[in-house]
Amino acid sequence: MSDNINPHGQTTGHVWDETLAELTNQPPKWWMLGLHASWILVVLYTIYYPSWPLASSHFKGIAGWTAIGEYKQDLKEITDVRAPFEKKLKGMDAAAILGDNQLKEYVTRSAKVLFGDNCAACHGSGGQGNPGFPVLVDDDRLYGGQIGTIVQTISNGRHGMMPKMGGMQLKPEEIDKLANAIYNGTITKEPLFMAKGCVGCHGVNAKGNQALGSANLTDKIWRFKAEDQLASIKYTITHGVNDASDPKTRKAEMPAWQSRLTETQIKKLAVYVHELGGG
Amino acid sequence: MSETPASSAPRYEDDIYEDAANWHVNTGDEKIHAKRVTGHWRKLKWFTHSVWLVFFLGPFLRWDGHQAVLFDIPGRQFHIFDLTILPQDVWMLSLVLLFFAMLLAAVTSIAGRVYCGFFCFQTIWTDVFTWIENRIEGVPAKRRKLEEGPWTGEKFRKLGFKWFLWLVISVLTGISFVSWFTDSLQLWKDLFTGQASGTAYFVVALFTVGTFVLAGRLREQACFWLCPYARIQGVMYDQETILPTYDFHRGEPRGRLKKGKVPEGQGDCIDCKQCVAVCPTGIDIRMGQQEGCITCSLCIDACDAVMEKIGKPKGLIRYASLDEMEGKKQLPLYKRPRPLIYLTILTLAFSGIIYGLTHLGSIELGVLHERAPLFVQLSDGSIQNKYRIKILNKTDKNFQVRITATGIDGMQLKGAEKPLTTRKGDDTSYTLYITPPASSIHDERTPITFTATNVADPTQQATYESMFFAPR
Repeated sequence: MSDNINPHGQTTGHVWDETLAELTNQPPKWWMLGLHASWILVVLYTIYYPSWPLASSHFKGIAGWTAIGEYKQDLKEITDVRAPFEKKLKGMDAAAILGDNQLKEYVTRSAKVLFGDNCAACHGSGGQGNPGFPVLVDDDRLYGGQIGTIVQTISNGRHGMMPKMGGMQLKPEEIDKLANAIYNGTITKEPLFMAKGCVGCHGVNAKGNQALGSANLTDKIWRFKAEDQLASIKYTITHGVNDASDPKTRKAEMPAWQSRLTETQIKKLAVYVHELGGG
Repeated sequence: MSETPASSAPRYEDDIYEDAANWHVNTGDEKIHAKRVTGHWRKLKWFTHSVWLVFFLGPFLRWDGHQAVLFDIPGRQFHIFDLTILPQDVWMLSLVLLFFAMLLAAVTSIAGRVYCGFFCFQTIWTDVFTWIENRIEGVPAKRRKLEEGPWTGEKFRKLGFKWFLWLVISVLTGISFVSWFTDSLQLWKDLFTGQASGTAYFVVALFTVGTFVLAGRLREQACFWLCPYARIQGVMYDQETILPTYDFHRGEPRGRLKKGKVPEGQGDCIDCKQCVAVCPTGIDIRMGQQEGCITCSLCIDACDAVMEKIGKPKGLIRYASLDEMEGKKQLPLYKRPRPLIYLTILTLAFSGIIYGLTHLGSIELGVLHERAPLFVQLSDGSIQNKYRIKILNKTDKNFQVRITATGIDGMQLKGAEKPLTTRKGDDTSYTLYITPPASSIHDERTPITFTATNVADPTQQATYESMFFAPR
């Protein structure tokens, strides 16, 4: 810039190698303007926003701005958008929500977060299940896929029980036979199934009983899925499920959520799970 | 550096240093006060400048109850007369940009910086600002005197009036710019009742200051030192490009008139410096092609007027190519590779835009395959995949869409048994399931094609390719 000229060639006294000198040039005008504009801005900023520390508190700023206030305002905007839906949800039961297309859409979207926070740890982020924890996206539900049942399952939890059949009840070769029959899908033709009382819970046709939560032994879905499915079946028969008398029994407990979640949250989750695919 | 002894022939170094010593570079030390000129090119310039009236008047054009051209950024919609362009179709914008970039290159290759001289807002706003300056303060000599003189009442009055007019134009420029992005009539009302948005005020202020500074103060300095296009012109020119050129064969050796006549043995240039006086960037065209020349052609008008007065033929400064100056024959346009290449690209870009505009479509389909889990085994052993589909309805009416899918023999599509409703100008999403019979799944991945068809008008269709996943 043209104002950057030192007509007298005055130096700061720092001269190196005879000719290399530091001149007493003023910084360019635009640069000085920028400098002054900057500190003025800083002063204004500290007046407008919370800034200076005081003895017991701090200067609050004339705008009254706070980070938490801004957060709350943002949150309020979202709550306001949701409010009409949430208000409607209050008076409806889960089945009615399912019937209302728009509400169902709202719930399946917003409950994704609830599901992630509360359910995904065991059932997987998409309801795909985990070893030992049921898959929620298939079409098989131990206790039935009706919306009312799902609400119950979430509210009260599930604690199904299958007694251990190893040791006194069944000989190892009998367990082998039963397991193979289940594995091959021929359990109804296995005489031991009748004779050893399995039918009591699993039913004559071996399709299970949703009232008890006993598994369907004829379909392709395994409650305790494993690499070696046959071994897994034998284990279940030998040690049972939730059988307190066997320390090696399978643990399969769904906790009750009614003390932790509100009624509306449970309704939302029920609709969400229902829509996951099982139904 | 070689150590060869200097020969008697002029050395290259001598040449360039002499050049450097004589070359005056305009770095804004001195304000350019160009003389206003009349003539053929001046008239043409006013004509081309008036193209920018569209910028001011365009936003007031109404069409079918709304603003004819509206770039509604918050609403994410561009309205151009009957067309509504949603963000999904903005790919065409890249073709539009390509088209104009190539047009610029093509025109520059053929006839130099036509854009700079005749269409550029910097040139035009500066031109109008200096026209006002000229009307208020008088010819360049008077302007310089006023500028250097003390602050008298007259100076105060003249400069104040000039600045006021400049400010009015600047504010109008700002408001007109914003008018393209929001309803113009509402904007005018809101601006003056204090109802407009902070963004609107900010942008108007920005453009006001920008216009005032760029056209009022920086002027040709913007062309010299701010504008990137001025800097890339060199690669766009070639030997065949026609530019305002001083015919040095005819003009040199230059010299002053003696007794109202050009003396014997002297060229036609009488060194009157009128070409320099009228130049808005303050260059001397007689020094040849240079960065500062925006090819506004005003020097041609100035020189022609002088030639006419001294009884010499016009065209001492004229549009001519380097080839012409060197006596080579000018190739016709269709034999020059550059214009042909540009023309090809222009045609391609233009066809793309036309294709895009005529194939905007009214439905767009998006399919998102569920990722966790990729597939589900059902109790009968079959495999099910879940898809989230989004149907974008680009029209202004709700309509029903039928979804079909193809790809695997005998597969079932659940969730689309009935036609699905789509909301106007919005995305509507649905969840679908596909369950093919186990016998027809052969691969881990099978391509699936989804098709959405408007029930009322089956010509409106959209398709989307997705995948069906199965266990290994």
